[in-house]
Amino acid sequence: MASIISITGLTKSYASGFQALKGVDLDIEEGEIFALLGPNGAGKTTMISIVCGNVRPSGGRVTVAGHDIITDYRGSRSAIGLVPQELSTDQFERVIDTVTFSRGLFGKPRNDAYIEKVLRDLSLWDKRNNKILELSGGMKRRVMIAKALSHEPRVLFLDEPTAGVDVELRRDMWKLIGELRLTGVTIILTTHYIEEAEEMADRVGVINKGELVLVEEKATLMKKLGKKTLTVTLSEPLSAVPPELGEWHVTLKSDGHEIEYVFDTRAERTGVSTLLRKLGDLGIGYKDLNTQQSSLEDIFVSLVHREKAA
Amino acid sequence: MSGFNHRAIWSIYKFELHRFRRTWLTGLLVPVITTSLYFVVFGGAIGSRMTQIDGIPYAAFIVPGLIMMSMFTESIFNASFGIYMPKFTGTIYELLSAPVSAVETVIAYVGAAATKSLIVGSIIFLTAHLFVDLPVAHPLAMAGFMILIAVSFCLFGFILGIWAQSFEQLQVIPLLIVMPMTFLGGAFYSIHMLAEPWRTITLFNPIVYLISGFRWTFFGRGDVGIEFSLLFIAGMLALCLGIIGWMFRTGYRLKK
Repeated sequence: MASIISITGLTKSYASGFQALKGVDLDIEEGEIFALLGPNGAGKTTMISIVCGNVRPSGGRVTVAGHDIITDYRGSRSAIGLVPQELSTDQFERVIDTVTFSRGLFGKPRNDAYIEKVLRDLSLWDKRNNKILELSGGMKRRVMIAKALSHEPRVLFLDEPTAGVDVELRRDMWKLIGELRLTGVTIILTTHYIEEAEEMADRVGVINKGELVLVEEKATLMKKLGKKTLTVTLSEPLSAVPPELGEWHVTLKSDGHEIEYVFDTRAERTGVSTLLRKLGDLGIGYKDLNTQQSSLEDIFVSLVHREKAA
Repeated sequence: MSGFNHRAIWSIYKFELHRFRRTWLTGLLVPVITTSLYFVVFGGAIGSRMTQIDGIPYAAFIVPGLIMMSMFTESIFNASFGIYMPKFTGTIYELLSAPVSAVETVIAYVGAAATKSLIVGSIIFLTAHLFVDLPVAHPLAMAGFMILIAVSFCLFGFILGIWAQSFEQLQVIPLLIVMPMTFLGGAFYSIHMLAEPWRTITLFNPIVYLISGFRWTFFGRGDVGIEFSLLFIAGMLALCLGIIGWMFRTGYRLKK
């Protein structure tokens, strides 16, 4: 697939000297859902803001649908719909007026049928004549999505779409994003909820302290996720792995006091019971068993911590 | 898409006029009432005891100053509010992420604000006819002058709106600087009535040249020559455009 956004060597330093982005390289493919994961202040919003035109980059190059964001900003911005984190709306305007306004602002000719479709898709059609201030928070978020979609963008940026939203609304939002992707629009969302990335993304990028520390297919990450580690605490330490345990590929830990076995929970035979039987046959005694799942959260936390230690 | 985004200009322009329409009652009624009050107080009560100024009845003499004063404040308030509000509510994100150039943004916001102050100026002009006989020596020049004043003060207001970081800052310039300068700039008197050194000091007030020029379009004469008035307007336009150009180039208080 062709990449619709291409970011190379992107840096941003603020006047205070704070380096928000330290050379980010990233390619987003057309039609995918990409989740940008990271703690607060990691540079997620800065990165999005630069691509959309709200913040000036200090260095590097960004193209959107082949258009450079500086020299051909009309081309790049026309391809993008942005839904920022804060609920910022013209409270006194009617829903339909504010969405029609957005389409005009992006230079598109009036198209009532398309606006109606967007509003219907977002369950806003019944509220089209309401003033925005009469709507609930969740509905206001939908209005902002409708504004972002009003000019038929190829890329949709959702900056923390479910921040401060209750569980039910979050489910709604996930469903909505799933429906949006069917229209072919590329979606880039930022979040600090791991489940959100797991639930929706095709690929996940982890950003921390202005650096992209990981970009991976979610499927690959999920494979890592599906693994569990069995730790067997032995009664007596072993000096080496007995050759009889070769088929389990176990490793010795804690100076021979523990055996670690990694298995796939989704496999037909996990090998756990046969391993334990074998240990019994060999006369290797154990006093404790422990299994642990490596989650995306673990990967995330360890990445972030490794950065902090560095 | 490339080239001029005329649809964006039209969208912003309509949006701004719609914003004015929401408050049309205060927006249009207030200038009518204020003008009437000025005529009752200055034209009626005081003007009847005053002699003519430069051969012009006092009640008629104050009309150009009155129109100018309202247009100054209307232009500054409307234009500064137009761009300050999106900054305040956060909706400016959309403008900054839209394929809209600086020139298009200025045309749209300043155009809308100037439209409103021209409407207000015209209402005062029409209201004045209810009270006094008002000849207009150069009608075309008068219309042109009003447009130039509206545009240059709206540009100034636009700068103020970008600069301001609070509602107080938004109000401080029009109320504490422009309003006094207008009163002292010959809105209600001829500067020839002043004694020295005040007359010379007054000549440092740019508002004098604007009011005088507008008065010239009504009565064919002003406190200073019309060429000086035009020079001052041209200077103000150039200065404001220069500042706005710099603001957009550097992203001043708009983009980090």
